[in-house]
Amino acid sequence: MARITRDEVLHVARLARIELSDDEVAKFQEQLANILEAVSKVSELDLSDVPPTAHPLEIANAWAEDVPRDCLPLDEVFANAPDRDGDYFRTPPA
Amino acid sequence: MTVDTLRLSAEEANGLLTRREASSDEIYRAYLDAIGERDPELHAFLYVCENDPGEGIPIAVKDVIGTRGIPTTAGSKILESYIPVYDSTVIANCRERGLRVIGKTNTDEFAMGSSTENSAFGPSHNPWDPSRVPGGSGGGSAAAVSAGLAPWALGSDTGGSIKQPAALCGHVGLRPTYGTVSRYGVVAFASSLDQVGPVARNVRDCAFLYSVISGRDENDSTTVDVPAVELPTAEDLKGLRIGVPKEMNGAAGIEGGVTAAVQSALELAESLGASVEECSLPRSVDYGVACYYLVAPAEASANLARYDGVRYGLRDDGADFREMVMKTRDAGLGDEPKRRIMIGAYALSAGYYDAYYGTAQKVRTVIKREHDALFERFDVLVSPTSPTVAFPIGAKIDDPVAMYMNDVLTIPSCMAGLPGLNIPCGLSEGLPVGLQLIGPQFGENTIFRAAHALEQAIGFDVVPERLR
Amino acid sequence: MTTGVGSTEPEKSGGADLRGAGAGSWEPVIGLEIHVQLKTETKMFCRCRNGFGGEPNSQTCPVCLAFPGALPVPNRRAIEETIKLGLALDCTIAERAVFHRKNYFYPDNPKAYQISQYDEPLCARGHLDVPTEHGVTRIGITRAHLEEDAAKNVHVAASGRIHGATATLVDFNRCGTPLVEIVTEPDIHDAETAKRFLQLLRQTVVELELSDAELEHGSMRFDVNVSVRPAGSDELRTRTELKNMNSFSFAAKGIEREIARQIRIYEDGGVVEQETLHFDPAHEESPPLRSKEEAQDYRYFPEPDLVPVEPGKDLVDRLRATLQVLPGARITRIAETLSFYDADVLVTGGLDRLWTSLVDAGADPKEAANVLANQFVAAGIDPGTVDAGELAKLVSARAEIPRAAFDEALAKVGERGFSADPYLEQKVVADTAELDPIIQRIIDANPAQAEQYRSGKEGLLGFFVGRVMKETGGSADPRVVNERVRALL
Ligand SMILES: [Mg+2]
Ligand SMILES: [Zn+2]
Repeated sequence: MARITRDEVLHVARLARIELSDDEVAKFQEQLANILEAVSKVSELDLSDVPPTAHPLEIANAWAEDVPRDCLPLDEVFANAPDRDGDYFRTPPA
Repeated sequence: MTVDTLRLSAEEANGLLTRREASSDEIYRAYLDAIGERDPELHAFLYVCENDPGEGIPIAVKDVIGTRGIPTTAGSKILESYIPVYDSTVIANCRERGLRVIGKTNTDEFAMGSSTENSAFGPSHNPWDPSRVPGGSGGGSAAAVSAGLAPWALGSDTGGSIKQPAALCGHVGLRPTYGTVSRYGVVAFASSLDQVGPVARNVRDCAFLYSVISGRDENDSTTVDVPAVELPTAEDLKGLRIGVPKEMNGAAGIEGGVTAAVQSALELAESLGASVEECSLPRSVDYGVACYYLVAPAEASANLARYDGVRYGLRDDGADFREMVMKTRDAGLGDEPKRRIMIGAYALSAGYYDAYYGTAQKVRTVIKREHDALFERFDVLVSPTSPTVAFPIGAKIDDPVAMYMNDVLTIPSCMAGLPGLNIPCGLSEGLPVGLQLIGPQFGENTIFRAAHALEQAIGFDVVPERLR
Repeated sequence: MTTGVGSTEPEKSGGADLRGAGAGSWEPVIGLEIHVQLKTETKMFCRCRNGFGGEPNSQTCPVCLAFPGALPVPNRRAIEETIKLGLALDCTIAERAVFHRKNYFYPDNPKAYQISQYDEPLCARGHLDVPTEHGVTRIGITRAHLEEDAAKNVHVAASGRIHGATATLVDFNRCGTPLVEIVTEPDIHDAETAKRFLQLLRQTVVELELSDAELEHGSMRFDVNVSVRPAGSDELRTRTELKNMNSFSFAAKGIEREIARQIRIYEDGGVVEQETLHFDPAHEESPPLRSKEEAQDYRYFPEPDLVPVEPGKDLVDRLRATLQVLPGARITRIAETLSFYDADVLVTGGLDRLWTSLVDAGADPKEAANVLANQFVAAGIDPGTVDAGELAKLVSARAEIPRAAFDEALAKVGERGFSADPYLEQKVVADTAELDPIIQRIIDANPAQAEQYRSGKEGLLGFFVGRVMKETGGSADPRVVNERVRALL
């Protein structure tokens, strides 16, 4: 299961919205294959009856009361915006 | 009076202030001078603050930690121009105590790396030997504290990014128990693993800084109340039960000089009254790295998806939204984040989730249980922090898997959410060797006590030989 | 179980005729996915205000703008209200619920993941009993979970349509507001039941005070999955998804149209393709835009910035105790007195409690229902402001007082201190001796219409009645006027 095909590299790159040149696809295919080879080690263990751990802290119900706090002023909202149209963020058409 | 930044601990610097032997500005300027003198060689800082407000002593801050009005790049081109409009909670805590940010320190891009060579802005250098890496990802903070460019610093640790650079640069660094320090405002790498922690010249400073930044934060749902921090004073180790996991002390790739330095520190510990007994973490060490390099990239693949060129950061042109995002991320992200994002997306994707991410989560349970079991018998576990001393810049950069193995000894306890602290325990080939003390959940006070006694007995001089 | 595709709606909708050759051999299978916006004070994971209005992006913070380092903190009230809704839908409340990240890129999704719930939702395996004329239809609820809403995209273009847009503008005010997503089992087999289910669900969330559930404001939105299969089989064929519908009747029409289309395709030997039909709510008449579904891979995984929700028995019991008799049960109860249709209208219109008060105050049940469902609704009065005793007097006197007086009184029935008495004193004119001269005068003044009526154009009766009512200032008894106009013509 350690192999990763060229198509799979392109698929995950698309999922992650990373544009790859042809050279990069080849480079990453080899590196990702090596990494996957190494991490596939996890499948060696017998893990039947072992529950997953998503989080090292065993706590629950961390929440806040429904009480408003101040929002950001607009100059801070847009302080780092690459493109703005009035009080909207602007992007190329979706 | 002159402020000797190479020698001064934070506690001593603070003493100068309270005894009015030096003003806050004088101390701040002394460190700025040190930066001006030594940072061109070390490149510990990505940004130096000319005059950050406050009445206290300076602190250096890893550049993944958000600072209002001060650039925060996470070592990435994609955030090159980003200036936060809010302080992270840890910075707010520091400011409450009067601490002044002296600058933002270099880091592997998004804290992904073990050498600081993955910084988009060039590597940092080890103060003991500038041809070598300072470790990573917190190499900037480590180099800064080691070379006297700051009395202490904040780092962040996901799989060893505080402990391993502290080992390679010869000082003290704590990765706290997961959940004791707020992550609010800290650029996320892997949320279930990231912890901010103190980087310091000695254990007392480390404990004090931990007391400043720790505690429940209403802005971070994964924080809890923390036991009161006790500043350590103990000189002996009477009654301390030290476990020495044989896998962590005999793992492949541990250098002889490293083993020897840790071994003599353990003998010293016995002479101070500790009991030292071999124990075993059979699967944690063998499977920890594999587990980590699935869980952390999976979380990272989502955490780094917000860099889409819409609200902040780099934006590249594109005919439509999708193309703009792809070009922005291609231009803004370096190879290591790209690799990890792709591995993470792959591990979570339809058809592979169970085999990769799902399995890794179960291995995480195994690792946690193995550690829990040992802490029924031991107060702390001891091992080398890094299998090697600082390696030459460029030595491992082309082999991601070899680079990942740097963290083989620090990763298991991170996966289990446990605290770990590095103290320097000697030299090998003229370079510092780090010893790691791992404690049970919320066992920071125990670690501080043990580390302080050991530190006093070892008597390691944290000033790099070439700077003395 | 309903077979075939016949509609039980009293007023036949304008949907496609499904009774063509062979139509009886197909069974539609319909599932619904409903999003309801909770009306909490603050957003789901930050404490920005949750509400309409405000300049674009003025209700935002580092969390809902997904600035680096910002972290979500759940809203306790949103969690409690979701549990309440789950209880109202007879769901099992999870002992442990987990938030997941759902990953996809879009300008309205600033983290590039939505915090939602996946395989451990707060509420699961419930049902809603939908009363119909022929008894109760039970619609299974697969799950009800909590998630965050997206921002609002404005696609700027000359045509105003998505295609050919030159830029997308984003307002994050709505981003991160709490949404409950309710998913039904594919238990619905006709458009009418889908519509009834949606109306009943809407009334349920409104009564629980969780949401305004206003379709026109988007605080209730739903997607419909439609497929058809040979009647009697239990296969699940390719389904299409209908999106962006903004009214229940529009949805019913859309469903009928889609059912007919799929049947036609199968009967012509074709294959239904998986696709999404996007309706343009602003132009109900325009045909839906069809889009092929891109294979999505959302890569759900547990949200590591949040810890699990474990509601506990005490909390669930406390929330259960706040539930009143739910609308479905009230429809069934009222349908014992009135027709099912009237009961349905009263309850889903939020009028049944007032109706009960009117009946208790002595009004005739049927009369009271008629007045509420027609004139009262038309007058746009909030039922909560009405003195039921006064309105009951008005309802009982409706036949005896002039129409104009009744209408005027009804318009004021919600006013503070309203009394019906002054209006009850006005009596309707039913005396033929008084009415006949007026009627004759109007007939004489309109000879052409009178001639047309006599030659068979009976619809003109209303013309004369209207004139008489106007002439008498509305005080004439319409029944008597009707009779006399007919006689005198
Ligand atoms: Mg949803
Ligand atoms: Zn917000």
